[in-house]
Amino acid sequence: MRKPRKSKIETKALNLYYGDFHALGDINVDIPECAITAIIGPSGCGKSSLLRLFNRMNDLIPSARVEGEAFLDKEPIYGKSAYVVDVRKKIGMVFQKPNVFPMSIYDNIVIGPKSHGIKSRAEHDKIVETSLTQVALWDEVKDILRKPAQELSAGAQQRLCIARALAVNPEVILMDESCSALDPESTMKIEGLMLELAQKYTIIIVTHNMEQAIRVSDMSMFMMIDDKRIGRLVEYSSTSLMFSNPKDKRTEDYITGRFG
Amino acid sequence: MNVNSRTAEKIAKGFIWVIALTVIAVLIFIIAFILYRGLSVINWEFLTSVPRRSGRIGGIASPIVGTLSVTVLAVMIAMPFGVGTAFYLAEYTRGGIVTRIIRFCTESLAGIPSIIYGLFGFIFFVDVLGLDWSILSGGLTVAIMILPTLIRTSEEAIRSVPKTYREVSYSLGGTKWQTIRKAVVPSAIRGISNGLILSVGRCVAETAALIMTAGDELVMPRSVMDSSRTMAVHFYTLVMEGLSERNAYGTAAVLIILVFLINVVANAMINRFVAKGR
Repeated sequence: MRKPRKSKIETKALNLYYGDFHALGDINVDIPECAITAIIGPSGCGKSSLLRLFNRMNDLIPSARVEGEAFLDKEPIYGKSAYVVDVRKKIGMVFQKPNVFPMSIYDNIVIGPKSHGIKSRAEHDKIVETSLTQVALWDEVKDILRKPAQELSAGAQQRLCIARALAVNPEVILMDESCSALDPESTMKIEGLMLELAQKYTIIIVTHNMEQAIRVSDMSMFMMIDDKRIGRLVEYSSTSLMFSNPKDKRTEDYITGRFG
Repeated sequence: MNVNSRTAEKIAKGFIWVIALTVIAVLIFIIAFILYRGLSVINWEFLTSVPRRSGRIGGIASPIVGTLSVTVLAVMIAMPFGVGTAFYLAEYTRGGIVTRIIRFCTESLAGIPSIIYGLFGFIFFVDVLGLDWSILSGGLTVAIMILPTLIRTSEEAIRSVPKTYREVSYSLGGTKWQTIRKAVVPSAIRGISNGLILSVGRCVAETAALIMTAGDELVMPRSVMDSSRTMAVHFYTLVMEGLSERNAYGTAAVLIILVFLINVVANAMINRFVAKGR
């Protein structure tokens, strides 16, 4: 196992509310750089909500309100000094379902770089090749770059989505159950990809699949709702430690399949 | 499946078929009837000469020009306001008091008979602003008339763009404006264009509002400040004053062919534009 290095994302007493509903309570974590951190837990415990707090996707929900602090490389993610566009540029995201735009493969990749002011054709070509190579899709699609992305298989589409996220050169990649809509073979490919990308990027995944957490992640966060239905971080440790020797009774019950 | 539900299935299917066929038959009959009576009138002379003796003889060149200029003007004026309001409603507000006022106004406006717009246009554009009976007065009046349709169809088109497209764009560090331009517009453009085509149809077909604002001059207009009769108004006058039934059917046939052409050309343009890269 790779040795987790310095801290990349840190949260201090992070709370999330949807209107009156208290969704996440006092989340304190320190997520290491260039490692894969898995967020696991039963449905509705706030895994995705927490993931979306890191790149401020919850800003899009009118009733959402955040309290507490979060930092990316010691720089605040929330607050007056943070610019949400810069945060999202550094923290990319891959969603549950492959959601390519109804445009060509090429245009799907360059849409991000274009937003960030990269205009030259040569640079676009380079970015397309680099990002597609990173997700091992280049050889498969290099001759059909102008074809509609929606004609690719679901697995290839999801790899294209990862390439699209990589094209803006992020430092962190959030993956929200990104394999759950895929067949086992595509899942294995994406998992292999995660391990490779973790050499260079900090990866945080949400997964329902504990086998997947064990296979790919270095660190694991186990979340659960408490008796007031507030999502809490129950246990956070290295994956090998959590699955061999869980400290909390609730973690043990969950990973041994007693509920959830 | 038991016998009863199977029978019900057959009856329902038959019923829906009959209804659909009836509607199509009526539409085809109307179009065929007008084309049958009107096509024989249409020739190069009819299309290129101006009406003489109040339209008893001569062609319909000036009403064609009047129709096209009023329509182009109205759509050009209404489009930025209509589509802009739609984007405001769909993307920039979250159901505040302003939104509710706009919604209430557009819904009320949509239900007002066009002659009321005509009266407003006559009082405001023709009289108060002193634009006189002119293509400009007519274009402005019809522009206001088509706004509600344009706003509603565009707003629906924008809302029907999947939320995930917006999420992806934001997650790539796109700003709101970039998200709208790159992720929302390409998917909404077809619906917005359909709203535009509908609006064009209403402009071309409008009579009441235009009689009161664009006037009924038969001379070829030379600028937007000139009064001009549109084809629909010309047709109405020919029939109501018993001037020439023959020329009335000819005008109606040209009107139908024009609307048909607008639809075909607009769809071809959308397909070409939207098909890019898909």
